[in-house]
Formats: sequence, C-alpha cells, structure tokens
Amino acid sequence: MATVTLPKGNPRTKLLVTLVVALALPVILFGAVLVLATIAKPEPVAVFVREVLHHDPATWPFTGLVYGVAAGLLTFMILNFGAVVAAVTIWWEMRVSSRMQSRIGYNRVGAGGFFQWIADAVKLLLKEDLIPADADQLLFRAAPYFVFAGFGLIFVALPFGESVIAADLNVGIFYVTAVTALVVVGILLAGWSSNSKWALFGGMRSAAQVISYEIPAGLAVMVPILMAGTLSMQGIIRAQGAWPWQWFVFTNPAALVAFVIFFIAQLAESNRPPFDLPEAESELVAGYLAEYTAFRYAIFFLVEFGNVWIMSAIAVTLFFGGWQVPGVAAEAYEAARGAGALPAPAWWGLQVASMAVFFVKTFLVMNLVIWIRWTFPRIRVDQMMNLCWKYLVPGAFATFVATLLWQILVARVPVASTVSGVVLFVGALVALVQMLRLAKQNVEAGGDQVDLSNW
Amino acid sequence: MEKLILRRVDRNYEEMVLNFGPQHPSTHGVINFIVETDGEVMKRAIPDVGYLHRSIEKIGEATGYPGFMPFTDRIDYVAAMFANEGYAIAVEKLLKVEVPPRAQWLRAISCELVRIASHLIAVGTMTMDIGAFTPMVHGLREREEINDFIEALCGARLTYNYHRIGGVAFDLPEGWRDKVLAFLDRFDKFLPEFDRLITFNEIYKKRLAKVAVVSREQAISYGLVGPNLRGSGVDWDLRRDMPYGAYPNFEFEVPVGKGWAGAVGDCFDRYYVRCLEMKESSRIVRQALETIGQTPEEIMAKVPRNVKPDAGEVLSRVESARGEMAYYVVSDGTNKAYRVRARTGSFTAMSIIEDISGGLMVADLVALISSLDVVAPEIDR
Amino acid sequence: MTTTEIHDRLKARFGEDVGPLSEPKIDAFAVVKRERIVEICRFLAKEPGLELDFLEDLTALDWPKNNQIEVVYHLLSYRHRHSIVLKVQLDRAAPSIATVEGVWKTANWFEREVYDLFGVTFEGHPDLRRIMLPDDWIGHPLRKDYQETGGYHGFSNVRENPLVELKRLDDVRRAEAANAAGGVDGPAKA
Repeated sequence: MATVTLPKGNPRTKLLVTLVVALALPVILFGAVLVLATIAKPEPVAVFVREVLHHDPATWPFTGLVYGVAAGLLTFMILNFGAVVAAVTIWWEMRVSSRMQSRIGYNRVGAGGFFQWIADAVKLLLKEDLIPADADQLLFRAAPYFVFAGFGLIFVALPFGESVIAADLNVGIFYVTAVTALVVVGILLAGWSSNSKWALFGGMRSAAQVISYEIPAGLAVMVPILMAGTLSMQGIIRAQGAWPWQWFVFTNPAALVAFVIFFIAQLAESNRPPFDLPEAESELVAGYLAEYTAFRYAIFFLVEFGNVWIMSAIAVTLFFGGWQVPGVAAEAYEAARGAGALPAPAWWGLQVASMAVFFVKTFLVMNLVIWIRWTFPRIRVDQMMNLCWKYLVPGAFATFVATLLWQILVARVPVASTVSGVVLFVGALVALVQMLRLAKQNVEAGGDQVDLSNW
Repeated sequence: MEKLILRRVDRNYEEMVLNFGPQHPSTHGVINFIVETDGEVMKRAIPDVGYLHRSIEKIGEATGYPGFMPFTDRIDYVAAMFANEGYAIAVEKLLKVEVPPRAQWLRAISCELVRIASHLIAVGTMTMDIGAFTPMVHGLREREEINDFIEALCGARLTYNYHRIGGVAFDLPEGWRDKVLAFLDRFDKFLPEFDRLITFNEIYKKRLAKVAVVSREQAISYGLVGPNLRGSGVDWDLRRDMPYGAYPNFEFEVPVGKGWAGAVGDCFDRYYVRCLEMKESSRIVRQALETIGQTPEEIMAKVPRNVKPDAGEVLSRVESARGEMAYYVVSDGTNKAYRVRARTGSFTAMSIIEDISGGLMVADLVALISSLDVVAPEIDR
Repeated sequence: MTTTEIHDRLKARFGEDVGPLSEPKIDAFAVVKRERIVEICRFLAKEPGLELDFLEDLTALDWPKNNQIEVVYHLLSYRHRHSIVLKVQLDRAAPSIATVEGVWKTANWFEREVYDLFGVTFEGHPDLRRIMLPDDWIGHPLRKDYQETGGYHGFSNVRENPLVELKRLDDVRRAEAANAAGGVDGPAKA
C-alpha cells in the first residue's frame, strides 16, 4: 500500500487553509443561496418593506428594483454554486478513483489536493482558445453556452431545502426534463460545427443516446408524479415522509424498479460510463470534445461533472424523500417561522438541517455514480439502443401501469404502502450488509486488508 | 502524391472514410487504419503500417553478432526478453554452442516474468479500450513489481539486453529468489481478483463475445501465432511442441480457446487465453526458481570474443508473448551477419484485420486490435 | 517426417524442378524452380501426410556476387511438426515470381514486405504496394548495394554527429572567453 507523503512546506498550515476554505466556501454559498432564495420573492420583499420600513409597497417605487437585484444576485450565486459543486465533484471523484486504483491521486494543491480544481480551471482559462479554421465559427463558439445554459437552468427548480428553492414551479419536474435537453443541443452543435469526423461521430451518438433515454427517464419520472399527484418538486418531496420507509422508492415496489430505470437513463443522459459513448476516449479520441480547448473545453467538462451532482439531486428529490428531516413534520416549519416579517432563528436552523439532509443524500447517490464509472466498461452503441428500447422503455411502461394499480390498492388498503416501505427498506439494508460483507471477503481473498485509514 | 492505399478506397462517397490513427489512443503505437464506415458499421478497415520502421534488419547486417543484441530489444519493447532470446538462440545454433543449464533456467525465468508483464499490458490495455480504466491500473501495478525484479536482475526495466550469445549476462541477485516467490504468491491471488473485477463482468463479456471471430483455418492461413492462434482453438505452443531451453523440465498447461463467451476464436477467447497463460507462466517461474539451485554455477558458455560463425543459415523459434518469434540468420563466414530477419507475431496479426473487419462496428475494431495484442514496433521493426 | 523425407516426396512429384537438399550445414533447404513455385507450395500445403499449413516466414536474400535474389519460404506443419525450407533463385535485375497468396493468406503481407525492401515483383498479388516505406520511396533498402538518396521530400535523413556540433559550440565559447580576458592568460585557441 502506498502511503501518502505530504509535500514539503508547512502541511499544518496547508491543512488549516484547506479546511477553512472547504468549510467556508459551502457555508458562504449555501448561506447566500438560502438567504437569497428566501428574499428574492415578491411577497417576503413586500412584507419586509411594509413591516420594517413602514411603507406601503404599492406606493413605494423601488420594490421591483430590490426584488430584481436580489434575483440577479441569486442567479449569480446559484451559477457559482453549480460551478463549485461540479468542481468539488471532480475532486471527490478523483480521490475515490485513485483510491480504487491504488494510486495516490490529487495531493499537490492544498491538503488532499482539494484546490486542484481551482488550479485546473485557472490553467484552462489561460490556455489559447483555438477554433479550427474549417469549423463553423458561430456554432462552434455557441455550443458551450447551450450546454452551460441547460446546466444552469436546472438549478432554478432544484429544491435544496424546505424553503430553499429559487422557484417552486408547479411544473417543476417537467421543466427540469425540458431544460436538460438543451445540453444535447449544445453537444450536437459542438459535434457538427467542429468539422471533424470524430466530433461528428460523438455528436450523433450523443443525440441518439440522449433522445432515446429521455423516454424511459420521462416515464420513470411519471411514477413519483403519480404517487404525489403533482409536478412540483417541493410537492413531490412533501408527499414523501422523512424516514427511509416513507420514501417513494420503498413505498411502492414499482417505484423501486422505476428508480433503477431512471438511474440508468440518467447515467446515459449525462454521458457517464458505462454510457460515455459520445466521448469514448478509446474509440472516438474525445468525441464531440475533440476540437475544443481552453475555457470552452472547461465548460463542457464542468457541465459533465455538474450533471452528475444534478442527476443525483433529482433522484433524491423524486425517490429518496429530498430534504425531509427525520422527526420534523411539515407543520414544524410553519410553526418555527414565527409571525415576524423575517423568520425566526429556529426556522433558519430547520432550513439548514433540511439542506444538510439533502446534500448528504445527494452525496451518497453521487458516490454510487462514481463507483459505477470506475468499474464498468463501456457498452457498444447497438447494445445501448437495445437496452433502451427493448428493456427500459417497456419496463418503464410496466412500472407506470403497476403504479396506477398500486395507487388504487393504496386508496383501498392504506396500510399497503407502509408494509411495502418497511419490507423493501429492510430488504435494502440486508442487501447493503451483504454487499459490504462480499467486498470485505473479496479484499481479503486478494491477501489485503480492509483499510479505510489511508486517505 | 496520392497515397496508393487510397486507391483501394471505394470512392462513391456513400461511406465516410476515416483515418483511424496514426495518433489514436487505441492503436497502441503509431498505426493507421483507413476505415470505411457507414455510420457506426465499418465496411472494412485497411491497416497502414510502417510508421515505426527503423530498418532493424538492415542494422543487423552492419553490426557484429553480439552488437546486434541491444537492437533486438527495440523490436518488441513490451516483451524485449523474447527478442533477446530468439536472436541468442539463432546465433548459438550457428556457432554450435551449448548454453549452460543455469543460463537456460535464467532465460526461462526472465522470459516467463516478462511474459506475465507483457500479458498484463495486453489485457490491461484491452480493458481500457473497452472503457474500463481501473483494471488497467491494477495490471500496471503488478507489472511495475515485475519491472523492479527485472531491473534488479539486469539493470533495465524495458530494453533488457540480458540474454547474450552463449548464456545470460548476470546471475540472480541475492534475495531475489525469495522476493519473486513472495510476489508470485500474491500474484496468484491477483488473477482471480482481476477476473472478478472485469473478466466476468457482463458488459465486458457482451462486448467481446462473438466479435471478430477468427476461425481455426483462418488463423493458420493468416499465420497467427501464440495466444491469437490458441484463442482460435489451435492447440500449439512452441514451449511444449518444439521445446527449447529449459522448458522440457517444467510442467505447464497450454490454454486453448474454448468459446467461453460464445464462439471459439472471438475477442473474449483471445483475451482469456492470455489471462490463463499468466497463471501458467507463474507456475513455470515457480518451478524454475525451485530447481535452479541444482544447476551448476556457470552462466556463460565459451564464446569467442570475435563471433565468426561458419557460413550457413538457421531459423530459431521462441514462443514470445505475442506468439512465435523466429529469427532467420544467414552467415557468410565473416563476423557480421549476412542477413538477420525477425519474423514477428504482430506483423501477421495485423494482416488479418482487413479481412475480418467487414461488418464490425467502430467500437469492435478497437476490441479487435487490442485482442490481437499488436505492438507497433514489432510490426514495423 | 524428417526434412529429407519431405524432400523425397517433393522430388518424386516434381522431379527435376526441385533441386537437391542443401548440405545440412544447419538448416537444410531445397532450391526449387521459379515457374512451379505455386504448384509446389499448394502440394506441400494440401497433400495428406505433408500438410505444411503454416507459412512461417517468407523473406529474401540478396546475392550481388551471383547476381541473384533468393526468395526463402519457411514452412511448418502444425499437425506433423515437421518443416522444410524452400528457396527460389531469381534474376537480380528483374526479380519476379508468382504469388503464393492463394495458398497461405499470410503471404500477402510477407510478399509486400519483400517487394518493398528487395524489389521482388510478385505476379498476381492482389495488393502489391510498399508496406514499410512511403509509396514514392526510391530504392529497396535491404539490397546490398542500396544507397541512401540523401533525403525524402526535402527532409534530410542524415544528421550531423551531435558531438561535433557540441564541440563547435564549446570552441566558440572558449574563444569568446579568451577574447574577453584580452588574451592575457595565454594564446586563445580559435
């Protein structure tokens, strides 16, 4: 086993700096998102103006301005938040993968190489922005914007916490599915405009793949929608309970299947291995990215990793109870808010707790995605199509119908969903324990020891 | 000037013509394929080689006999030990020199260790070409250890120049034997772990099963050798069937493709034969290390300083990691070879690609190239 | 079957067209007639009892002394584990022989290599192009009298010995140093 040797210098200071930034950064970002998401809405602004400034907002000329500035700030913070989330995902993925491959991995910039993503981004910013002479200049330049827009817009409807959402659209999940499709447009543009055969291959593969997998993903999403009876992201979360056996994934056997289908389809949509055909390094060199350099490349890269986080977040929202804090009922938030113009401290505490729950869950799902990436080989393009149209689409239809029937059953026998929840949850626990046991066994068969200390 | 190879391409422009190489992550060196594709399905892939031609055979006519030995390393730098061995055996046959037993043992040990290292590269890069990165790193990790051992043995990690005409350059270093035995203990556990990680992965098997099937007749007609030949179900191994050196003293199996994943001679068979061969090589090294103590200490036969064999010609064959490697050496009685010819496995393996690539997908071409384990310098020499 | 026995059968079938087995210095070979090479090869590859199904190697030797180029065929049988070496002697000025690609597929590339490096033409070959060198290369490098043309499309293929260049730079520097010192501490070497 290789041991990590800290580079020379003053590792303790370095560790401190890293820890401070690693903690402060999310705190600042989360805090900003939390505060801004709360005040960047007309009603709180109006209440604030009325009660604190003793003005009637109807006669006050700057309400719109305040609201607009707050919304602008929120957008900025959320984009930053997205970028940081993507970057930290990269760092985490590299640490996990190096662990899996008995390498050391990032360890130069900051403790544990935590600042590597900053170094990488700065490096890519300073690189020359090359555009091939024969490329379609306009489209080539525009492609990264499409991709980034598709990525950034999703954050609008992501429920980070009980009240922490930029806009709780009543068609939330529908909106998310729609804006995700923008990414494909960007990839297709990139593939076509590069005027390279490899890029074209990548773009075409991507189009075929993403559009195909939209169907099972969309159908699988219908299952939680049916169970919740709403398209709103917050509505779907509120329809689930906080405890694991109250999550949609367990309260309906068909939803468990739907989750698996959704998960696979999302892997394919975000071009993650084993579905990384559009950029398959060993086949297409770099696919649609082949001609990109510098910051345009960085944007594609960022979006790809950011999408990992987003797909985990959506899966958590739809199937794993979102931000629901165990033991805190829906009314508790209202009660803690108090009657003042601004919510009481207890309310803020609850919001932070709900955000923490959301992030922990997302992180766990994200880890699963990372494991899959570093263990599975890539599937072939015909197998990819087969899997989608012969297995996932019919499977998704089946879960859809099964859910309809299940809902009828639950309406007559309400205890059914609790029974299913408990049974499936216990089953999942058993499977988890079994998996860990097997992992331990396999590690020991190789003459090694389970060792989690060496980070 | 238009390249002649392009005249062979169908120019009706229904198909896309793709330059797969010379710089491509999956060509394992500098090889080019002119690929005619209709979407993802290839019409055929025409290999275009020669980018790494360094006229090693011509150099062999210019240097003296012992002086050519370091150049043989460059023929196949992934498994240079075999290139050393083949040339040494050829010149020894010309000189009618008998190699001392200990040298033969050392040759077998070094060659089998290098075979493991080479196969680790072969299966590792294959898994990477199929899209799984982790198994390759695991393979390289084990290979590094072997490189360390070989470095301790002869001072070089890649281009060894260890075998000499009439014997080997160095005897075992102190403590080497035990370290290698300890490594083999670990390595024997590594192989099943590797199988669990990737070989029996369902996606991996599906990617390789029934892809690019080479029938027994095709394999023989195209002169495939080594694991590629055995993958097609031909039970032939020079170490067993035309033994040389110390090999008659060791017990080992010769794995032959059985259609583990579907058809005999598909990519999976060629891959898995290599996995099984690593196990056999480990067995051979173990046996050799256990019996090497019984051999006398001499490691070099008496070879004159000025190597000047009588006029004549000879063909020596060794079973290299990429199959039969034959040296055809012609002497005209002077101290320089009149002709040195190296017949390599990758050259013939490459020639089969055009014939069997029709109807494969672009992704399958990658699997095919890596399953044939072609090493670019060995094609071009 | 030993090489002699194979040779005997070959002799019985083709008579005078197959030369005697060479004095077995180390590996014995038989020189066969150029015109019958395909027939002989097909016979050796297909005849029951011989079945030399593996064309192990196909290469050539250049003998300017005899004004000959020899094409050498190494054959091996997987089933019977016997082998034989055939040689065909060709005129060095215009070497040409029929292809055996129809017998063993692998001959395709071997013959291309011999065509490239020795300039032997293989009649009936389906794809006779240079394999190692560029299509417009001049000359056949493995011939004994091959002279490099001094470049390829303006790229020089000779290079000054780097040591010579380094020595020149050294001398220049030393001369400069000597000049800077004003030639006080001894005569400067140019």
